[in-house]
Amino acid sequence: MFNRIFAIAKKEMRQLKRDIRMLFIVFFFPVVLLAIFGYAINFDVHHIKIAVYDQDRSEYTRDYVSGLISSEYFDLVTYIDNDEQIKKLLDEKIVQVVVVFPKDLSRKLLSKQEVKIQFLVDGVDGTSANVIQNYVNAATFSYSLQLTKEYLAVTGKQFYVPIDLQPRFWFNPDLQSTRFLIPGLMGMILIITAVISISLSIVREKERGTIEQINVSPLSSIEFILGKTIPYIVISLINATIVLLAGYILFDIVIKGNIFLLLLGTFAFLFAALSLGVFISTISDSQQVAFQAANVTSLLPSLILSGFIFPIESMPVAIQILTNITPAKFYIVILRAILLRGAGISAFWDQLIYLGIFGIIFIALATVVDKKSKNK
Amino acid sequence: MRTMKTIFQFIIKELLQVKRDKKMLVVIFMAPILQLIFLGYAANMDVNVIHTTIYDQDKTETSRDFIKRFEQSGYFKLDYYVDNYDEVTDLLNEGKTLVAIIIPKDFEKKINRRETAPLQTLFEGSDGNKASIALGYIQGIATKFSQGIVAETKDKLGMKISLSGSLIPEVRVWYNPEMKTRNYMVPGILGLILMISTISLMSMAVVREREIGTLEQLIVTPIKNYQLILGKLIPFTLIGFVVLIIVMVIMTQWFGIVVRGNKLFLLFTALLFVLSNLGIGLFISTVSKTQQQAMMASVFAVMMPMIYLSGFAFPIENMPQAVQYITYIIPLKYFIVILRGIVLKGIGFSSLWVETLILFGMGVTLLVFSSLRFSKKIE
Repeated sequence: MFNRIFAIAKKEMRQLKRDIRMLFIVFFFPVVLLAIFGYAINFDVHHIKIAVYDQDRSEYTRDYVSGLISSEYFDLVTYIDNDEQIKKLLDEKIVQVVVVFPKDLSRKLLSKQEVKIQFLVDGVDGTSANVIQNYVNAATFSYSLQLTKEYLAVTGKQFYVPIDLQPRFWFNPDLQSTRFLIPGLMGMILIITAVISISLSIVREKERGTIEQINVSPLSSIEFILGKTIPYIVISLINATIVLLAGYILFDIVIKGNIFLLLLGTFAFLFAALSLGVFISTISDSQQVAFQAANVTSLLPSLILSGFIFPIESMPVAIQILTNITPAKFYIVILRAILLRGAGISAFWDQLIYLGIFGIIFIALATVVDKKSKNK
Repeated sequence: MRTMKTIFQFIIKELLQVKRDKKMLVVIFMAPILQLIFLGYAANMDVNVIHTTIYDQDKTETSRDFIKRFEQSGYFKLDYYVDNYDEVTDLLNEGKTLVAIIIPKDFEKKINRRETAPLQTLFEGSDGNKASIALGYIQGIATKFSQGIVAETKDKLGMKISLSGSLIPEVRVWYNPEMKTRNYMVPGILGLILMISTISLMSMAVVREREIGTLEQLIVTPIKNYQLILGKLIPFTLIGFVVLIIVMVIMTQWFGIVVRGNKLFLLFTALLFVLSNLGIGLFISTVSKTQQQAMMASVFAVMMPMIYLSGFAFPIENMPQAVQYITYIIPLKYFIVILRGIVLKGIGFSSLWVETLILFGMGVTLLVFSSLRFSKKIE
């Protein structure tokens, strides 16, 4: 049995070695993509474009604005002097937020009243809007506090804050999002290469008719499938190593945890991804269909359902169940635990089991379908 | 007249081929529907569940009152109450909790004495975005609690509440007052699905005939090159347009996202987008020898860049300048700006003419360029 599996694997390896163009795409593109996208993907909101509508024109408002734009979070685009301009600025995305100081701001402040400063925020991108809201709230409160302190200092009273919030951010003190997103990007690149390359290799034999020769040989379904899978496991492991190395060199993603565990997790993930690919290939008759099926099951799901960008716990329960369709979901948990937090196996052992179950289910399904189609 | 007839027959042939391939038919029309529905629900960045650990060293009425504020806010899920630092460390390390709030031993005493009580909050910061939003919520709760205490003390001392004037921010969010991310994401996903289905169809179409050998037969027939190209392009444009209508209907009817702007203008720009995709697909067809190569090229060289650099999920303004230049050649970028503008803001050609013209220019250039390349290849 092992002889036959090995023979198939050897044949497949030789075929792959001859298709230089394909090998080039498989090994070269992931690194290029990781390099470009790694710089492109982040949710860090800074340099927010702001317009000021100052009806008060006092020292207070000037002081407030200069404080705002001296941080790297806000860039002043323009001053405006009427209401109509606000709509145009927000409609055409020229600015993301317009701050409106009311006419009687300084008069009210001097007479110890509360003054409302209005912020009109472009809410089309809800996440950015939320962050912008936090920033302007914090900026206004701190300026207000400063005013109060100054005022109390003049009158000789002491000022005190009951609670002093001391936030500490572990693992990522600067709150960058790139480091969090790169494991997701790695998972997506690896799953696409694995699923597409293996699913096409089996369907191609069907399309060209060479599968008939294999069918009449003494090979059993499971031997054929395992033999086909082995070379792609090797290729995918090399691929994974390259991607992890690139992550380390380009983005300084140091492996904080155990390398052996990382290897184990990667191996489990590739096994699951490849068995999904094998399954797709057994249900499709043409490369065209296989390609579309691979897209549907791995391209968008590994982007959207894997927890890479969108938090899984914010999804409706039915969709949360559906997220199990992509092995990338489990792998991302493992990668983030090992790469970002340096956690041990207790943080992700369940994910390893899920990946194993996933792989076994799809290999079994593929074997059943393959046997059936042979008997026809 | 005769040429028209030839092209027409060619179109019929192409559509018949699609119709006969049942599996293909399912994939072409069902996949976009299912994907839009499922992914539309999944694409949600709203942070509404914050897993929280409480380490209350004080265990007094004041500390319990303070903790209650978190429970009542609706955002915080108080999963763990712990008694020592080690547990806090473990929970953060294993990623089981996003934030740990540590209330110091003399919390109540200090507050009663009018001293400042330090409140340590530890975040599992690997998701920087989520952590900073959570911090915003915590700041809001702490500020309110402080204000309540200050106001109370002052009343007891018989002083006025406002010691000085203060500034209050009043934030109004336009277009999407609840700051829901779904309305922002679903149009983007619509663009992605349209792009994926049209490019993958077109890039495979010609290579397939070449691999199977039927392209040879076509070349020896008296069909002229432009007829061959039009005969390929028109049916795929039709299919692309049907897919477009289907996903539009799902967006408006299923997700209830109202198109605020002009629907005809939206359809027109979507057609321009489909054409530029077909141009890209045709180009891939001309540079690939096998279907496998065509697929790899369309996924890695076209679809992935379109996904990441289009501004679908990652704001383009946040990217480094060099990467921003690359985004200028991404048709999906312009289409997503137009789509979100028309659907969410209700703006029209007067605000979007730049993007529309670029999309138009790209569509024409890509189609003409690829067609020329294709007909040269045939000869």
